[in-house]
Amino acid sequence: MSGGHSTYTPKTGVGRWMDARLPLPRLVYDSFVAYPVPRNLNYAYTFGGILSLMLAVQIVTGIVLAMHYAANTGVAFTSVEQIMRDVNSGWLLRYMHANGASFFFIAVYIHIMRGLYYGSYKAPREMLWILGCVIYLLMMATAFMGYVLPWGQMSFWGATVITGFFTAIPVVGDWIQQLLLGGFAVDNPTLNRFFSLHYLLPFMIAGVVVLHVWALHVTGQTNPTGIEVKQKTDTVAFTPYATIKDALAMVVFLLVFAYFIFYIPNFLGHPDNYTEANALVTPAHIVPEWYFLPFYAILRAITFNIGPIDSKLGGVLAMFGAIAVLFVVPWLDTSKVRSAVYRPWYKLFFWLFVIDSVFLGWLGSRPAEGLYVALAQGATLYYFAFFIIIMPVLGLIETPRRLPNSITEAVLEKNKAGANAAAQTTQG
Amino acid sequence: MRKGIMSMNTFIRTLAALGVGLSLAGAAGAAEFPHEKPVEQNWSFAGPFGHYDKGQLQRGLKIYREVCSSCHSLSRVAFRTLSDLGYDEGQVRALAAEYEVEDGPNDDGDMFTRPATPSDYFPAPFANAQQAAASNNGAVPPDLSLIAKARAVERGFPTFVFDIFTQYAEGGPDYIYSLLTGYEEAPEGVQVPEGTYYNPHFIASNSLAMAQPLTDGQVTYDDGSPETLDQYSRDISAFLMWAAEPHLEARKSTGFVVMVFLVLFAGLMFLTKRKVWKDIAH
Repeated sequence: MSGGHSTYTPKTGVGRWMDARLPLPRLVYDSFVAYPVPRNLNYAYTFGGILSLMLAVQIVTGIVLAMHYAANTGVAFTSVEQIMRDVNSGWLLRYMHANGASFFFIAVYIHIMRGLYYGSYKAPREMLWILGCVIYLLMMATAFMGYVLPWGQMSFWGATVITGFFTAIPVVGDWIQQLLLGGFAVDNPTLNRFFSLHYLLPFMIAGVVVLHVWALHVTGQTNPTGIEVKQKTDTVAFTPYATIKDALAMVVFLLVFAYFIFYIPNFLGHPDNYTEANALVTPAHIVPEWYFLPFYAILRAITFNIGPIDSKLGGVLAMFGAIAVLFVVPWLDTSKVRSAVYRPWYKLFFWLFVIDSVFLGWLGSRPAEGLYVALAQGATLYYFAFFIIIMPVLGLIETPRRLPNSITEAVLEKNKAGANAAAQTTQG
Repeated sequence: MRKGIMSMNTFIRTLAALGVGLSLAGAAGAAEFPHEKPVEQNWSFAGPFGHYDKGQLQRGLKIYREVCSSCHSLSRVAFRTLSDLGYDEGQVRALAAEYEVEDGPNDDGDMFTRPATPSDYFPAPFANAQQAAASNNGAVPPDLSLIAKARAVERGFPTFVFDIFTQYAEGGPDYIYSLLTGYEEAPEGVQVPEGTYYNPHFIASNSLAMAQPLTDGQVTYDDGSPETLDQYSRDISAFLMWAAEPHLEARKSTGFVVMVFLVLFAGLMFLTKRKVWKDIAH
């Protein structure tokens, strides 16, 4: 697939017959067996595989849940409770699906952060990165609409608040909101279209994942050194090397996932969503799911008007801008060196960015008042400054550390250093 | 036209609700509720091997039937599920038959009442929310089927991080226990609105519309357990946890098998991975 010569040779008559007609086994062999991967990939690079697994888990559990769920405001909440009480292993399916969404986001955030750390977005991988951003956006839409389906208090009021954002857009805002809701307020038409779209979008995600993997296999993977593959010794075959490493990471990830499902299944949820939606009773604090909290904090940080833009529109623009800025990261980073390993200053600012994002998430769960607002404003400022100021400027002024000549050299150097250190310890 | 009016009504209702909500949120922001954190109890169903104490659930059911059920419904709990509490089929059948449920229409087109069977659900004490509100000073007593999962006091940072490792998932029953045992005289200078009762454990305000429902000696136990407010509150909280999460035991016991399997699988994967990568510097 990567333009390299295919080494697939069918061994059986059936294999040769198939290969001459539909070379699907060849495609699979070239993509997932013989495909060369850098030999120095660490466990941060296993989250792509983990994400594919989570997508499969969500689709399979979701399809079975849909067999028992009814998208009607009169019965939706009750149908979910029947899944929890009366459907065989229904509690397991539903807790898997609800916690699965959270773990999908945990994995995608690690995956994105890995990309930012090792400069995976830099040329020639811009399309790969942008497709990833598209997947992330689709995931957010899917998760938001999925959260509305149980028709609890937080479902209803979350949907009311989030669709309300669109009314801030001048001229077409009200029209967009009414199109999303199918009316003037969150009601049965909203639930119906959200269910329909919640079922559709995961398959669109699967489609974009295919493009994402295709783009990956054209350019090849990056690696912790950020140096392109130059010689055969830089790589190992996908199978068995990457396969077994991915499999180990998946099992460990599933272990943590299972811990949440079986022991603390409601830890990541909100108690209010166990109360049926009621348009006449507003929860004291309307908060989105944890994976949206950083963006919620950014939205609420804009409490002031900026020229002709009022604070409401400003907040919405900042929130969407926080996601939109990811799309142009390949062009914001001016550094010639790809990996943060060789960029001491970028490394520092990157980890500050990670802390800032987590901090924004915590602020998103706090009421927007007093000190919290000021802190959210500061954190929002750093969030944007990281992309718009630090990335372009740092690339021009930072002196990177010496780069090794190849991946092989980097690996051998690291092992020698490790061996020396071990020898010294033994001597000491 | 009719459709237009209906959606317009919904719109106005939502706007009104939003307005009320915003003003409530503003008021709630001024003081943090509850004043006192829930008092954590030792629950038999806590932890990785947690299981319900059947005797406790039976006592809790007794309290629900004799006290709570005069105002609160338990609409999502079917009589058949009471076998979880250790009752046999005959006992469940007899217990269900003590309730009358509406059925019909019959061949003449009339609705009628009949004794409940195990497949029926606990009947509600009021015909509808309006009737419930009218009999309760304007406040609708919430359905209790899910209350143990629908109420939890925020744990705050860093406690919520530790909760992952201690598997703390009993915020609901702790809250219910604390509320039921938490009634007291309002302190000097605290104004309690007419028809409400001061309780520093109440999650949403200074006081709630429910008067203290349980007192020492109110319900007779036939298993020798102490007939105290403390014991009653613990028993009803445990029962309501079961009502909200009837498959908790299956969940935890399945979880143990899954965890053991995954740990072994991860161990094998690790050994295989190490063997495969043995001669490759990386």
